[in-house]
Amino acid sequence: MAATSTSTAKRPEAPPGAPGPRETRRRVNWLPWLFLAPYLLLFGSFVLLPIALGLWISLHSWDFTLPGKPFVGLRNYSELLTPGTGEFERFWNAMQATGIFTAISVPLLIVIPLAVALVMNQRFRGRNLFRALFFAPYVLGVAVVGVVWRFLLDANIGVVNYLAGLVGLPDSTPWLTSIPETWIALIGVTVWWTLGFNAVIFLAGLQDISNDLYEAAKMDGAGAWVRFRHVTLPGLRPVVLFVVMITVIASANMFGQSWIMTRGGPGQETRTAIYYIVDTGLNQRAMGEAAAASWLLTLVLMLTSALLFAFARERGPEKGADR
Amino acid sequence: MKAVRYSVLAFLALIFVSPLLFMLSTSFKTRAESGRTPPRLVPDNPTLAAYEQVLSAADTPVFRWFLNSMLAATLNSLLVVTTAALAAYALARMEFRGRKLVFGLIVATLFVPPVILIIPNFEIVGRLFWLDTLTAIVVPTAANAFGVFFLRQFFIGLPKELEESAALDGANQWQVFWKIVLPLSRPALATLALLAFLTNWNDFLWPLYVLFSPENQTLQAGLSTLQSANAVRYDLLMTGAVVASVPVLILYVFVQRFIIEGVSRSGIKG
Repeated sequence: MAATSTSTAKRPEAPPGAPGPRETRRRVNWLPWLFLAPYLLLFGSFVLLPIALGLWISLHSWDFTLPGKPFVGLRNYSELLTPGTGEFERFWNAMQATGIFTAISVPLLIVIPLAVALVMNQRFRGRNLFRALFFAPYVLGVAVVGVVWRFLLDANIGVVNYLAGLVGLPDSTPWLTSIPETWIALIGVTVWWTLGFNAVIFLAGLQDISNDLYEAAKMDGAGAWVRFRHVTLPGLRPVVLFVVMITVIASANMFGQSWIMTRGGPGQETRTAIYYIVDTGLNQRAMGEAAAASWLLTLVLMLTSALLFAFARERGPEKGADR
Repeated sequence: MKAVRYSVLAFLALIFVSPLLFMLSTSFKTRAESGRTPPRLVPDNPTLAAYEQVLSAADTPVFRWFLNSMLAATLNSLLVVTTAALAAYALARMEFRGRKLVFGLIVATLFVPPVILIIPNFEIVGRLFWLDTLTAIVVPTAANAFGVFFLRQFFIGLPKELEESAALDGANQWQVFWKIVLPLSRPALATLALLAFLTNWNDFLWPLYVLFSPENQTLQAGLSTLQSANAVRYDLLMTGAVVASVPVLILYVFVQRFIIEGVSRSGIKG
């Protein structure tokens, strides 16, 4: 950094209209801001402003099609937090759906991709092909994935029930219309869709663990399990933490799968929090309530992430951070 | 050991490939056969009927959606790479007051769940008269904090000597950026461009709500229209899914290394 600034000072052509080097010091240096301007314009307009505007909207009864948007204080929040109101029921039902989905999908999306990454973490023929194959569903997008699996999971003509019947399992499971089958379907499809994404990150993490550590452990007579427990896992800790974080955020934002495969049903059982938010705010135009619900969801999510992070740090040292 | 690994992998591969094969084969089936059980992988009478119907229907112009998605994702990707590269270079290589604050703000928003932006951004896009236009798909999502973070890390990792000697030779910072830094960063720029393209191509919730007219849909949002219009016409639905996925899969075959390496690096640096 220091080198850059000295070379700037030495440079013969200073910014246009700039006086001698001494004054340049005291002037605001505009060049970095010129570089930053296009990004900051976007960032300010569509990230920072909306964060503040969302808070503002949440304090109003806000329908974007009406001119009047009366200020209602914290009423939108209190409705969502007072048991007995219809909003409370719908919102917390949706929060519960998000909770169920996240609590079950995240562990699966850690353990299965990690297992796949371990199988892939050796040199063998066709490794890159398999890696590309497992990653492929991720590039398809939720609409394609949802539409295809809705077809495969059709209770009457779907391939899944047909195959289940072939091996002697029930052949008319209502995958998309009954609880808990619907959750199994939504979670299974999500695992199929994003497994490769997490596996690829784990694989890169595994390849970063030095081979010497494994050799040393082998010399000490450590078996495969002990090596996994005491070399692989500690070495992978930061990567696991990272994947847990992004998977929690992704799962808590689940929307497309249930919109396409179940339309939030049966009843409203698989209507997730974000589903509730867009339905309330953009279909029913109760944007104030939806904005308040977004803030509540965000707070819950950030609290969850903070807890996870604290938990991981607390358990850190004894698990061999010395490596 | 080897045999075990290959059989596990082959089994997994089957689970990953067969849904796509069924999608493809069903798109070539007749309406009657697409709803017949037991489902067969090879169509009895392969036909293009579903393609003819889907591609010519006025209320579900799939080909138009394809062009919309292509255009939106390409422009969005260009916008992301351009703005992020400029910003990341300033943050990586320039000294100025407020640098830490700006970078801190950008990184902080990496951890803000995107759900909080939906309602207010809808309001903002509405005020800008961008609703039901592709601009709404191209511009707001281009404020990509990950891109700035990713490129800044990459620029910091570049050897400084080249830039310094160019500066000594009288190049200004723009020339250093344009002639030295950008050419050296081609792999990182390509990775970011691909990730941005994919994210935009696959975005579902946002286009679903900000686009209304049938002819303005993107493929992902349009597919759900197709689904509402043809609830159990699986021949038509799978045709739509094929049109939406085959271009991406072809692109993927050629660039999967960049995408996968980009994703895997995000974990280590992140």
